[in-house]
Amino acid sequence: MCLGIPGRVVEIEKNVAKVDVGGFLRDISLDLCPDVSIGEYVLIHTGFAIQKVDEKEAEETLDLLIKMAKGI
Amino acid sequence: MGGFGRNDMKFIDEFRNKEIAEGLIQKIQKTSTRPIQLMEVCGTHTVSIFRYGIRGILPEQIKLISGPGCPVCVTPNGDIDLAIALSRQKDLIIATFGDMMRVPGSTSSLQKEKAEGRDIRIIYSSLEALKIAKEHPQKKVVFLAIGFETTSPTIAVAILRAKEENLHNLFFLNSQKRVPPALIALLQSKQVKIDGFILPGHVSTIIGTNPYQFIAKDFGRPAVITGFEPLDILQGIWMLLKQIEENRAAVEIQYRRAVHEEGNPIALRKIEEVFEKDEGRWRGIGLIPDSGYRFKESYKEMDARNFEVEVEPPKEHPECLCGEVLQGIKNPPECCLFKKVCHPENPIGPCMVSIEGTCHTYFKYQ
Repeated sequence: MCLGIPGRVVEIEKNVAKVDVGGFLRDISLDLCPDVSIGEYVLIHTGFAIQKVDEKEAEETLDLLIKMAKGI
Repeated sequence: MGGFGRNDMKFIDEFRNKEIAEGLIQKIQKTSTRPIQLMEVCGTHTVSIFRYGIRGILPEQIKLISGPGCPVCVTPNGDIDLAIALSRQKDLIIATFGDMMRVPGSTSSLQKEKAEGRDIRIIYSSLEALKIAKEHPQKKVVFLAIGFETTSPTIAVAILRAKEENLHNLFFLNSQKRVPPALIALLQSKQVKIDGFILPGHVSTIIGTNPYQFIAKDFGRPAVITGFEPLDILQGIWMLLKQIEENRAAVEIQYRRAVHEEGNPIALRKIEEVFEKDEGRWRGIGLIPDSGYRFKESYKEMDARNFEVEVEPPKEHPECLCGEVLQGIKNPPECCLFKKVCHPENPIGPCMVSIEGTCHTYFKYQ
């Protein structure tokens, strides 16, 4: 029920964005996450963007995981 | 953009990397020194944990138990029966998330009612309920508003829009739940030993870290807000393990790419505009203070509980262990109905219906 899928914002018109989810374009409401720009990623839940996905944080998490996995 | 989907998904694929996972598992094995029991609260976590075989690759002394994090599963029979009774009303359309269709009520289900000719429509978003109401001004539309804090702001948006647009034929059967009070109930009941919580990532995108602080402060247990890919879950487990080994208890965030300490203030404001906290009834657990919502005065006219309908007295299958499974007290194989009478084709309890229900997940992956 609490599924959230990341997608990239490709177009914004008022409070609706066209979001690319794995190659499919979907209309997503920005009522809960209005401060997004084209090219940014959002987390989608039941047709709403509920949060931005922070690329920098994602990279930092991955870097940390790689270091941990290598035992550094 | 073409009509065909790509298989690559940013922020998903890289968090499924096998080599990194192997390194993390070794790290977990090295760090683990004592038997511990961790609860994954969220049904989406349970599915991921089973899909990627995470229980099987952890050291034997780390046990994962599934919690009550499936909104469909915790919806009490009385609410399902009320939805069924409403669906039998003349000129009334029920709009619901698909998962609710097959949940058995006391004697029927929405799916059975649909087969009998009731107007029950599966929707993906609360905004579709709004659309149906606009398209059918002569009918009443009742949206079955279930979900945790991830879904509540989306329901609040639909209510606010209905009010703005002066829509008088859209109603909400509110059975939403708040996660943190359920965790208090689990910790207080002491029926299950919980050494740490893998906290739900998407609920936390909305509520942030504050509502969970009692876990560390009052109960001295560590908790980590965790994402849903295998590397997220392994890192979350490792972070919990590290706290336990260092005798610390704090609420930490693993799922940093989507969760901030403050949550999503805009979404929280939408919820607060429409609802106030109220006790909530959870299947198997009963009434939990502050674990639900009620309509604020100015939105009460949209409450579908105002309808006068006759609802049958709720009754559950006497042998169904869904209530105990939801609290992590029992595992599905301990239920005498599991796989014998109760299976996805013939679910006896909601934990076998929902794709995130613990019984369904055990059936599918074990």
